[in-house]
Amino acid sequence: MTTNGMLQLFVYLAALVVLAKPLGAFMARVFQREKTFLDPLFGPVERLIYRFAKINPDEEMDWKQNAVAFLLFNFVGLIVVYALQRLQQFLPLNPQGLGAVSPDSSFNTAVSFATNTNWQGYGGETTMSYLTQMLGMTVQNFVSAAGGMAVLALFIRGIARHSGKTLGNFWVDMTRSTLYILMPMAVVLALVLVSQGSVQNLSPYVSASLLQPTADTSGAKVTEQVIAMGPAASQIAIKQLGTNGGGFFNANSAHPLENPTPLTDFLEMFSILMIAAALCYTFGKMVGDTRQGWSLLAAMMIILVVALFVAYQAESRGNPKFNALGIDQFASAVNPGGNMEGKEVRFGVANSSLWATVTTAASNGSVNAMHDSFTPMGGLVTLVMMQLGEVVFGGVGSGLYGMLVFVIVAVFVAGLLVGRTPEYLGHKIEAYEMKMASLLILIMPLTVLLLTALAVVSQAGTGSISNPGPHGFSEILYAFTSQGNNNGSAFAGLNANTPFYNITGGLAMLISRYWLAVPTLALAGSLVRKKLIPVSEGTLPTHTPLFVFWLIAVVLIVGALNFFPALALGPIVEHLMMMQ
Amino acid sequence: MTTQTIQDLKKPVGLTSGMYRRALVDSLMKLNPRWMARNPVMFVVEVGSVLTTALWIKALAGTGEAPAWYIGSVSLWLWFTVLFANFSEALAEGRGKAQADALRRSRRDTKAKLMSALRDRSKFNLISSTELKKGDLFLVETGDTIAADGEVIEGVASVDESAITGESAPVIRESGGDRSAVTGGTRVLSDWLVVRVTSEPGGGFLDRMIKLIEGAKRQKTPNEIALNILLAAFTIIFLVVCVTLLPYSIFSVTAVGQGTPVTITVLVALLVCLIPTTIGGLLSAIGIAGMDRMIRHNVIATSGRAIEAAGDVDVLLLDKTGTVTLGNRMATEFTPAPGISKERLADAAQLASLADETPEGRSIVVLAKEKYGLRGRDIHQISAQFVPFSAQTRMSGADIQSDGKNSRRIIRKGAADAIKNFIEQQGGVYPAQVLQIVQEISKMGATPLVVSENTEVLGVIHLKDIVKGGIKERFAHLRKMGIKTVMITGDNILTATAIAAEAGVDDFLAEAKPEDKLKLIRDYQKGGRLVAMTGDGTNDAPALAQADVAVAMNTGTQSAREAANMIDLDSNPTKLLEIVEIGKQLLMTRGTLTTFSIANDVAKYFAIIPAAFATTYPALNALNVMHLATPESAILSAVIFNALIIVALIPLALKGVKYRPISAVHLLRRHLLIYGVGGVIAPFAGIKLIDMLLKGMNLS
Repeated sequence: MTTNGMLQLFVYLAALVVLAKPLGAFMARVFQREKTFLDPLFGPVERLIYRFAKINPDEEMDWKQNAVAFLLFNFVGLIVVYALQRLQQFLPLNPQGLGAVSPDSSFNTAVSFATNTNWQGYGGETTMSYLTQMLGMTVQNFVSAAGGMAVLALFIRGIARHSGKTLGNFWVDMTRSTLYILMPMAVVLALVLVSQGSVQNLSPYVSASLLQPTADTSGAKVTEQVIAMGPAASQIAIKQLGTNGGGFFNANSAHPLENPTPLTDFLEMFSILMIAAALCYTFGKMVGDTRQGWSLLAAMMIILVVALFVAYQAESRGNPKFNALGIDQFASAVNPGGNMEGKEVRFGVANSSLWATVTTAASNGSVNAMHDSFTPMGGLVTLVMMQLGEVVFGGVGSGLYGMLVFVIVAVFVAGLLVGRTPEYLGHKIEAYEMKMASLLILIMPLTVLLLTALAVVSQAGTGSISNPGPHGFSEILYAFTSQGNNNGSAFAGLNANTPFYNITGGLAMLISRYWLAVPTLALAGSLVRKKLIPVSEGTLPTHTPLFVFWLIAVVLIVGALNFFPALALGPIVEHLMMMQ
Repeated sequence: MTTQTIQDLKKPVGLTSGMYRRALVDSLMKLNPRWMARNPVMFVVEVGSVLTTALWIKALAGTGEAPAWYIGSVSLWLWFTVLFANFSEALAEGRGKAQADALRRSRRDTKAKLMSALRDRSKFNLISSTELKKGDLFLVETGDTIAADGEVIEGVASVDESAITGESAPVIRESGGDRSAVTGGTRVLSDWLVVRVTSEPGGGFLDRMIKLIEGAKRQKTPNEIALNILLAAFTIIFLVVCVTLLPYSIFSVTAVGQGTPVTITVLVALLVCLIPTTIGGLLSAIGIAGMDRMIRHNVIATSGRAIEAAGDVDVLLLDKTGTVTLGNRMATEFTPAPGISKERLADAAQLASLADETPEGRSIVVLAKEKYGLRGRDIHQISAQFVPFSAQTRMSGADIQSDGKNSRRIIRKGAADAIKNFIEQQGGVYPAQVLQIVQEISKMGATPLVVSENTEVLGVIHLKDIVKGGIKERFAHLRKMGIKTVMITGDNILTATAIAAEAGVDDFLAEAKPEDKLKLIRDYQKGGRLVAMTGDGTNDAPALAQADVAVAMNTGTQSAREAANMIDLDSNPTKLLEIVEIGKQLLMTRGTLTTFSIANDVAKYFAIIPAAFATTYPALNALNVMHLATPESAILSAVIFNALIIVALIPLALKGVKYRPISAVHLLRRHLLIYGVGGVIAPFAGIKLIDMLLKGMNLS
């Protein structure tokens, strides 16, 4: 670990906290349909959309109607992305003449983008036409993120309101999230990326002669390189902001045209957590007590900082076995130090560790280094961050509503501990809420553990492993952890573009997005009906450091306890063997 | 014969050896899977026990996955885990059963004098009490035991209700009014009553009590249901965690080419250790024990739900008289009118009160004696005619023939305005100073009684409400817990303000009528608050029915008792405070044991995971931070700890976590520290200790 590296991490985290309030307050205004400075620009567009889609923005819906709207919208999106991939050879904007994508890969990708996962079994530049990228991927990047934010807005209203029935209008939240929040930020970020050298065109791929000819695996001489082109910057901006993470190119943000400079690296990395962090403040604002938002942000931040420290430390230390071979792993002016395998030299250990931690903390999944090449402890951090249920920041919207479910469990047990029927922000937590909350914390580990079990004992599963031993186990565990949490990052190493992984992975993504969103909305629908319980001395405050500590404990215990045995057989034993 | 009974309830029924024996037998009976299925956590343990037993038998036959002694020991301790949990429940129930038996003995089969017509008390048929139906009329006379719950429709009698209340002083029961309810099993000491049966056979008060105590009607409370759901979720997750470990292990063995896959025995052991058996096993005992604690405080709750709600109460409505203040007002001072000596006033006040049997009257006599040495005179020696208090005159007093002369002393005491009218009617003058004294006394929260002789006002007696000792501190505790106290009184606002301030209640309702109470409860409930109250009269019934926690005094009317969800056999309104504490204790006990149970898992992982995969990944032994001797002893120690901790915590489950009147934040910090942090640390020490013992005994 270097001072310079620590300083970069600090600047990153500080900027996150500083921006949370202004952005969060702005988003609260958007969700509450209050005036914003963007109204003159987007107001007419918004009204046009409502008129065109025959939506009455003042009509509120209950949780069931909203859930149906959410599912319907996602289903249509899924079909469109599937169809685009299958038919792209007949459609325009395909200068490379790329053919139809296989049915199972198309299914996996369609699910992946509709669910805000952006798991990619394919390589972008060799698989998808520009039209598929723009109309399929980029559009889903916007709307899947907006969908998550809309569900969050509905959920927050369930908490903010009392003795009511309706939660708001999914269509309105969805439209406003896209127009007022995602669109402007994505445009600005895309322009910055272009200014730094990201490509944004519809040209055919460019060939360049190599200055230094090389040879391919078969020994044949290679003198020419094909450089992929395309409308990349516009897609990269939203994949970072919307916690999507699906790269335009196969190498994702390790690709120089996707992430050209240290500035773009910082901005892309910052975009991963920016909205998720600010949403905490939005939550506080909407429930009328910003302390509640800050305490959630504090809980997330503490977990993130600890994880970051472990990852950075592990990556900086490198592999102790190398020391014996006389390999210098210490950072110096001429040596980045630590474990540099799979990392871009231009980003180094600090920024790669930071990216890996935040991209798994949020359900982003974009990468600027290969997680498969991380040290076991570094890899463990990425796994754990996802296995906590993507609630430490998590996906835009989905992360916070996931965290709020943990809050409800924490409040429930804490309420018992102080001898009072638990309540959260004036809502009594009863059997129905516990049923939904239990369902929500139950589904993810079940999906991940069972699918991993299926993969490790079937030929179809183990055949894709490239590293034997515990690392191979980690690769499979990672694949399902990532998809089962809508993260989408890959441990690489595993050939996941097979019918087996495409279908099981698609299933995991579907379950973790929709099976979770529906009980979440049901929970909101139950909370909104509750009578307001006024605060008294006997009420357990949920904004104190003590409660933050307790919430962290609940998140860690529920997450860590479920996955400890699996982790022990993967990264933990790998680490112990390396240390021997 | 009938006097032995509930007063025994107050004493905790000591855990006798007989009860232990009974509980042991019961815990075996409860192994019935149909019974076990009600508790998903323990059901899983039982299934695990059966499974390991089968594996043990297989091992005995020589085809086991591990040595037979080892599988056998694991299996044995799993069975113990189930039995310990059953034992805790049986023990908690056992107490109730012993109490119920005591009650049942008191309820002999009595004869009832069934009447065909109300008029003729000499005509009746002698039938068994069990044949009485709702609506029947029966006669009870001196010495008879009342055959069923009912309402007195004719007669007045003194009744020994010690069977129900444990109070040996007889009470008066009469038709009409608030004292018309009688309970089956109580005995008439004098006179007679005609009673109309109000309960169906077997549905009487005593029957219901027996059922409640026995726990036959025990249903899961809302909060218990919610907790059960969470525990079931944990159980399912850990089930999958353990089941998937087998394929993971098989994969690992193939991948590294060494060791053998994890055995089923180890997986079952891990599963049982991980699922929240501590709370799962004790949950039902905690609920039963909560009910039992209520009974020991002589409170019968009609449902566990009511006990739980008691812990959540935000507002306590307390009747001033009897709860906030002692039942009776006391004379504390004589303030003479101008020109009158204190002695003269005291003398007149005493004379006016000699025949006044009310506590207030007696306190005046006592005060005069203590302060001015005036001895109570024999009322027969002075030729006096006493005038009792009446609602019309609102005065009482005496007319005294002094020394045979013709002059009569007409002494009166009464409410200020009543005396004023009385004096002015006779042409007297009511002095302005007296008016002022009266106002001052009222302002202090006391009641002024004006004393007059003939047309002259002598002065004012200061009658004071005595606030119960220590009540102010209790209210302060309640405030800390977030409970608001509201005093209900028929007094005027001045008096009420002063008493409220002295007692330290948060709010009060003065000049309250019964319907005001109902409205107040509704208002609070509309604001999302949970309201508790006590009551005894028929006019309290609507409010009792509306309140979330309604405690009826046992001396109260039948309708009050039916509207309430708890009955206080001691008829002590202050009991409400204890009821709240018991409700909180119930939830806290559940919460602390849940936290403890889950926190324990950390240590168990460190014991079992390295042991389970020792053959495949020896490197994992680095996680064996407790340095447990062998893989077998590690797993066995974890299982044994898991079983023994249930036994160790039975006393806590039965007694409940000690209640402390501190704020929610402090309570949470305290309990997280003890049961959360403690729950993480304790098993490390416990498992290590058991491992050392096993090693010492050469069992591993």
